[in-house]
Amino acid sequence: MPADFISNLFVFILAGFVGFEVIKRVSPLLHTPLMSLTNALDAIVVVAAIIIAGLHETTLSTVLGAIAVAASFSNMVGGFLITDRMLRMFKSGKPKKS
Amino acid sequence: MTPIVVGQLIDFAYLAAAVLFILSLRWLSSPATARHGVLAGEIGAALAVTATLFNPALAQYKWIVIALIVGAALGVPLGLVKMTAVPQRTALSHAFGALSASMIGIAEYYVRAPHVTKFGMVEIALEVIIGSLTFTGSLIAAGKLQEILPQRPIVYRGQNIVSLSVLGAAAVIAIILTIHPEYMRLFPAMVGVALLFGILLVTPIGGADMPTVISLLNSYAGLSAALLGFVLDSKVLVVAGALDGSSGFILSVIMCKAMNRSFTNVMFGAFGQVQVHAKAATEERTVRSANAEEAAAILSAASKVAIVPGYGMAVAQAQHKVRELYDVLTKKGIDVKFGIHPVAGRMPGHMNVLLAEADIPYDRLIEMDDMNSDLPQTDVALIIGANDVTNPAARTDQSSPIYGMPIIDVDKAQTVMVIKRSMSPGFAGIDNPLYYMDKTLMLFGDAKAFVGDIVRELASGHHS
Repeated sequence: MPADFISNLFVFILAGFVGFEVIKRVSPLLHTPLMSLTNALDAIVVVAAIIIAGLHETTLSTVLGAIAVAASFSNMVGGFLITDRMLRMFKSGKPKKS
Repeated sequence: MTPIVVGQLIDFAYLAAAVLFILSLRWLSSPATARHGVLAGEIGAALAVTATLFNPALAQYKWIVIALIVGAALGVPLGLVKMTAVPQRTALSHAFGALSASMIGIAEYYVRAPHVTKFGMVEIALEVIIGSLTFTGSLIAAGKLQEILPQRPIVYRGQNIVSLSVLGAAAVIAIILTIHPEYMRLFPAMVGVALLFGILLVTPIGGADMPTVISLLNSYAGLSAALLGFVLDSKVLVVAGALDGSSGFILSVIMCKAMNRSFTNVMFGAFGQVQVHAKAATEERTVRSANAEEAAAILSAASKVAIVPGYGMAVAQAQHKVRELYDVLTKKGIDVKFGIHPVAGRMPGHMNVLLAEADIPYDRLIEMDDMNSDLPQTDVALIIGANDVTNPAARTDQSSPIYGMPIIDVDKAQTVMVIKRSMSPGFAGIDNPLYYMDKTLMLFGDAKAFVGDIVRELASGHHS
């Protein structure tokens, strides 16, 4: 088993626990924005896609990488945008402090 | 700066991004801080993307720039869709995420092949299989939600055996590829079979199960990103994938609990096909119906009203009329709350977003358990486009397919009013004894039009 696998497994398990603890605190009110936000965060695969598209090793890898860049970047842009739009709509009924 | 130093700086940027991502989700715990969460996520993502562009290994930028522009051009309209289209947009974004992860996995395979280590091959195969099936599965889900594809479950005899054999075939090809990396031609076959499995997996699942399916696909999309992190030894991908995966997993568990069903039952149970004709029309039962004027009179005499919305409210786009009803009743000093069932609608939190869009304050949106302790003291429960989530058979009738499912106990309210198009059974085809109770009044008509009529009656001032 390669050494980097073990270190990645460490990170994966620990991040999974952190995710579990943090996400179970999210109010059910916000489950839809939660899903669109995690989608936008997940779009960080765009960094791997940029490398594959930019290394230019083979034509195939460049084409696949470019498709991946477009698909994940659209998730990143669209995901943050719609999450913010949704969250702006959630207003408290109590009078604003001002 | 030497390339080594640049590389280390890029790694620090990734570390900062991972921390910001965790903070981003932490701040989502309450509506008051949630928008900071989005900002933290945006900063993290921008940092990581910018840092990557400085990677000295990048040989050319042309395709990167073009693809980023195309991505932004696709992403902006997808971020500006109407709130009623959010479920299908979400399914589509799972598809895009999975597409991206599998494209990178496939590209990585062809860069390395045939000199792939056995361990590397296992990682790539797993990543590409999960990514591919999530891609097609999410496309089918999006198609069903957009109603391009039929929402009813599509089932045939031996379906589960066929589906599982297809998945088995993908696994067998992956094993052969691991033992014999030189059989490169098998790789596209593996991808094809995984794509097929995604279609077979989601096609039989009905619209009412979409909240669970969307959550599960969310989890798979996260898992494929995390696996890609393993393939490429990229910790930031592992972290983001683990966060996304655990989020999808938690939501799936919540959705399953809210339907009192197991994962396997949702994925392979083809809910709603059985029992449709089992007890319909066995006896002639009477229902009482009322018009808008009568409904308005009952509402204006109430002091506590609970509104329970469902998918029907979303279909009829009635949320803005519901807001007007809320306003009129609140102005009369009536306490109005909204009871939100976790699986009401087509995705987790669907009703909350629609009602928030209509400007209803979020502290009026009450979770099922809190609503249920309130309902016995409630004068009127008004159900708009919800069916199964209010069906008392879930508590009382052991033969009902939804027996054991937690419901909103609207039957405990003094008077129940149900806005419904007709007496035809609901989506899952399950009989609802609520409609035949003495305290129940059926308000037949389109949700939006009927609520509008009630508002007009109330505003005309006859009922004060």
